[in-house]
Amino acid sequence: MKADKELYLALYRKMLEIRRFEEAAAESFQQGLIPGFIHLYIGEEAVATGVCAHLRQDDVVFSSHRGHGHALAKGVSARETMAELFGRKTGCSRGRGGSMHLFAPEVGLLGSNGIVGAGIPLAAGAGYTFKMLRQDRVSVAFFGDGAVNNWAFHEGINLASVWGLPVIFVCENNLYATQMPFAKATKVQDVYKRAACYGLPGVGVDGNDVLAVYEAAGEAVRRARAGEGPTLIECKTYRTVGHYVGDPGTGYRPREEIEKWKARCPIERFRQKLLAESWASAEELEQVEKQVRALIDDAVEFARNSPWPDPKEALMNVYADYVGGGADA
Amino acid sequence: MSMPTTSEEGQMRELTFMEAAREGLAEEMRRDPTVIVLGEGIGPRGGNFQTTLGLFALYGEERLRDTPISEAGFTGLCIGAAMTGLRPIVDIMFADFGLDALGMLINQAAKICYLSDGRLKVPLVFRGCIGGGNSSAAHHSGNYYPFFMHIPGFKVVLPATPYDAKGLLKAAIRDDNPVVFLEHRSLLNVKGPVPEEEYLLPFGQARVALEGRDVTVVAISAMLHRALEAAERLAAEGASVEVIDPRTLMPLDIETILKSVQKTGRLLIVDEDYSPCGAGAEIAAQVAERALDYLDAPIRRVNMGFATMPFSPPLEKALLPNVETIAQALRDLLAA
Repeated sequence: MKADKELYLALYRKMLEIRRFEEAAAESFQQGLIPGFIHLYIGEEAVATGVCAHLRQDDVVFSSHRGHGHALAKGVSARETMAELFGRKTGCSRGRGGSMHLFAPEVGLLGSNGIVGAGIPLAAGAGYTFKMLRQDRVSVAFFGDGAVNNWAFHEGINLASVWGLPVIFVCENNLYATQMPFAKATKVQDVYKRAACYGLPGVGVDGNDVLAVYEAAGEAVRRARAGEGPTLIECKTYRTVGHYVGDPGTGYRPREEIEKWKARCPIERFRQKLLAESWASAEELEQVEKQVRALIDDAVEFARNSPWPDPKEALMNVYADYVGGGADA
Repeated sequence: MSMPTTSEEGQMRELTFMEAAREGLAEEMRRDPTVIVLGEGIGPRGGNFQTTLGLFALYGEERLRDTPISEAGFTGLCIGAAMTGLRPIVDIMFADFGLDALGMLINQAAKICYLSDGRLKVPLVFRGCIGGGNSSAAHHSGNYYPFFMHIPGFKVVLPATPYDAKGLLKAAIRDDNPVVFLEHRSLLNVKGPVPEEEYLLPFGQARVALEGRDVTVVAISAMLHRALEAAERLAAEGASVEVIDPRTLMPLDIETILKSVQKTGRLLIVDEDYSPCGAGAEIAAQVAERALDYLDAPIRRVNMGFATMPFSPPLEKALLPNVETIAQALRDLLAA
């Protein structure tokens, strides 16, 4: 991997954008500005950032219920993402989806998803299209450890492998499926080892090291574009907050464990590296911080001031061809 | 809409239902290189029900993809393919096998157009065989279409003749929505006239299969043929029965049914599937809401008995609607 200041600063900036976005979302939620409920990506920023840094706009991402970071990393604006959480007409799904149904096909985000694992076969399907139409696009599925004991993991990865599809399967193993410890969910504790069962490369990386993720994803994307088939990447990471905003996340996880992972914060670690290796000065990083804060403040302001969707549109676009929709369409 | 005649449509041949459907599929695969079929045994074998017979030699493995027994997986894969530019047909063989894929169909395929505010489409055909009557037993005979009628986003198509099988399948393949296309086992070898020229049948247009004055029968899928036989018996007894084939249940052509009920004042719905929350319940409710004043008798339904499809012929026969149970329901309705 070629060391590159511009790249490093871009990775740092994106991780910080996700972190500040999530903090602002939590604050907005607590102020009652966000309906429903939201799952935050705090602690896992390096994964989406390191993977999506390799993607073109015409590549596609299928995300999970913890999807804000994937959306931002794939290029959905902070404004459109925040406005969707607020349920506003200016949101990326025009207020129809919310946190778990972020859609921005214009930039290749084909949905975050409320169903654990569902993105895995969907991503394989996009790969089928790209391969059959001889396009050099790639498809990515992000999912947690909670998805790997599901049919979708087995069937989706098996089909992608046997048919040689250009897909990158990214498991964000944050060690808990809601409250279920991975150690109690399955015997083999490394998800990447399962790749051997399906005959595709499996790579395990430190998911809190953005450069490690970036490097593994780079090879996986290269392989996929070159027609060499799918890769399974397991990124071991941790959500240092609760499962959703409002869940303290402590009842089922030892405090020492949470503290240990907080100390391994992917953003702070990368910041130390940038400073120690003189990739950037403290002033430059402070400048990035200011720009990111301004971006997120603007996104919240934008969302807060955006109009609600028109209730008259609630029955629209149920079908691709009936504008009115409804049971008697 | 009535069946075309040879003089209107040029050359007609007699084809079986499956031959006609296959001809429609072949035409669409020739016309549009993004049409693909995935399923178990649909490659060189040509499909358990000969849905794809002969097509593998023409279009090869990428477009006629034999799958492992991973119904949820390859259905999910087809949804992702449909979102990104292909027009996949999931050939699920027996509709019962599709139940493993229901989560992907309902939570993903049906909802994506809406959630993306119309910016993503899922042009998917989910095709399978339904229906009892040949000791296929509990896991190879279910009907299931009310599940899909109930969910916003699906279209639900049930052809009952070779002519409709071809025209509706072609329309289903060109439709930009997930279309559930269900073929009753007892119809597959039924023969009927099919034009050589290309034609498509729009969804939401019921067919008046037999005109009559005294009572309306709405008969779904294979029940059409039993209802027509029952109508013949009633004709011999002096009653004039109108028989309507809805052809698609979503969208449902309620107008054609209402028009008929306004004429006859009596309605019987014949549906091989179960009655609770079924297609007939929906049709009856819509007629009651909009044409109660025209009814001279309560709406009646004939459905299969509310039990799992048994294997043994006498048990199975006891549950399924037949010509005589339909004829008797008509007599009762006319006497009401």
